[in-house]
Amino acid sequence: MYDLLTNLLGNQIVAYVIAASLPLIFVLTFVLFAVLAERKVSAHMQDRLGPMRVGWHGIIQTLADMLKLLQKEDIVPEGADRPLFNLAPLLTFLGTYAAFAAIPFAGIYVGSSTAIGIYYITAVSGLVVAGLLLAGWASDNKYSLYGAMRTAAQIVSYEIPTAIAILTMVMVSGTLSLMKISDMQTAHFWNWWILGGPETGIVKFLLIPFMIITFLIYYISSLAEVNRTPFDLPEAESELVSGYHTEYSGMKFAFFFLAEYANMFAVSAIAVTLFLGGFHSPIGYLGHSLGIDWLIPVEQFFWFAFKGTALVFVQMWLRWTLPRVRVDQLMVICWKYLIPYAVVNLIIVGIITLL
Amino acid sequence: MKKYLKNTWDALWTIFIGMKVTWKHLFIPSVTIQYPDEHRPIPDRARNRLYVNIDDCIGCMQCQRACPVDCIDIKTVKALPTDELGLTSKGTKKALWVTQFNIDFAKCMYCQLCVFPCPTECITMTKVFEFSEYEREKLLYNFSNLTLSEVKEKEENYAKFMEKKAAEKAAAAKAKAAAEAKAKQESEKKDNDNKPSSEEKDS
Ligand code: SF4
Ligand code: SF4
Repeated sequence: MYDLLTNLLGNQIVAYVIAASLPLIFVLTFVLFAVLAERKVSAHMQDRLGPMRVGWHGIIQTLADMLKLLQKEDIVPEGADRPLFNLAPLLTFLGTYAAFAAIPFAGIYVGSSTAIGIYYITAVSGLVVAGLLLAGWASDNKYSLYGAMRTAAQIVSYEIPTAIAILTMVMVSGTLSLMKISDMQTAHFWNWWILGGPETGIVKFLLIPFMIITFLIYYISSLAEVNRTPFDLPEAESELVSGYHTEYSGMKFAFFFLAEYANMFAVSAIAVTLFLGGFHSPIGYLGHSLGIDWLIPVEQFFWFAFKGTALVFVQMWLRWTLPRVRVDQLMVICWKYLIPYAVVNLIIVGIITLL
Repeated sequence: MKKYLKNTWDALWTIFIGMKVTWKHLFIPSVTIQYPDEHRPIPDRARNRLYVNIDDCIGCMQCQRACPVDCIDIKTVKALPTDELGLTSKGTKKALWVTQFNIDFAKCMYCQLCVFPCPTECITMTKVFEFSEYEREKLLYNFSNLTLSEVKEKEENYAKFMEKKAAEKAAAAKAKAAAEAKAKQESEKKDNDNKPSSEEKDS
């Protein structure tokens, strides 16, 4: 990708800038539709209609909301710690966006073809916690601070089962590079890691139930990491106004919003890459059978976006199904259930792969 | 240990049940009524904005008196005997020009008390309930169908008529007084002349 762009433009820096902003375009369009989808899904699950007035069935509602947010006054509370207050939304979005650098969108496009992609993502996502904590602290508001403390406690706790689940996947696939993991699951959907991956024979069938458990553990803890219901304690509207972003308005609020939805896609994208075949098509490529080369990356991108969006949809679905857990339940789920299961699962998978 | 596993299983299983429920609801037609575009049917006897069929109004002011918040303000002018006001749909004869029939909907509380006393059933509740305005003055509805100039004309006519009548009355009174005076004189004369007759005097 870089070589191609460098050759095309004759300038490495321009090539890098362009390559770096490609995911941004994707993220922005994704957020534009995800916000609408969230509202529509929630509405229809509650037998309502959701936004209906801006455009056909409210299709450009998010655009209107975005314009509104752009025009809003940027309020900084009097007691706020100004530099930190301004830094927090940026840091949050940065942490989210940095994760996109290592996510392979298609065979030809991955921001950074680093060999330690998944490790990098787990590490850089930690920046989000810092951003949220800063936001809560700098707002000079007790609700924000509560929200921020909860976020920190929650994300740090749930990093552990996430990390163990990822570790399991790293162990079976034997690589940290997301590109390589994707390429292992090529061709057909029975090569997906959730269905035992490219292993053959008895090992594959032994792996399947444990892969599903790994997937569930990853999915549940990733839900907690992106503060989605049932783990949305950090912004529990009924308790904390809206948690760490209570004091934010206008563009800064939009940044938090953007980060939240981008994060939703990021964790789904990782789940897709690790378990659901990444950008590879589950049924073979049209480009191969027609002999059109340029169609393949397009198809790959389509499958990637499709799978990711489907998982995001499940996140929304869960959000409008489950009530919020209590703080003690949150900790019980993590420390008493997810982590033991994840560890046991890790050991069993380790033994199976030795076979 | 058994309980632990059962808990896990229950959690997952109940989440799936919940998800099934929400999934079903995703396809249930929504109950939303898109309000400004769609309306719920309004009950037959709902009380909303009033309407006055001014053609039927006889200006009896029953409604004005019945209104507990005094939001009806009627002014009438008596019609001249020569004016043709027509009949109400019930066949009552109208004797008054209703020059002003104001209902202030900013004050009205839609109690319907004004509707019942109306002898011609011309003040009624309609189904219109969306008539909010930006200025309070716009909620003052005038149901009278006479224009300002007409009102003026009627008032002048009536005043003229009254003047004329008064003049006539005055003239009549004068004439009467003159006649009386004359009669008196005559009777006095008669008195002086001969015995007065009371019958003559009275007539
Ligand atoms: S509805 Fe009630 S308040 Fe309104 S004008 Fe009639 S009597 Fe008055
Ligand atoms: S009671 Fe009826 S007829 Fe009488 S003034 Fe009111 S509206 Fe007119």
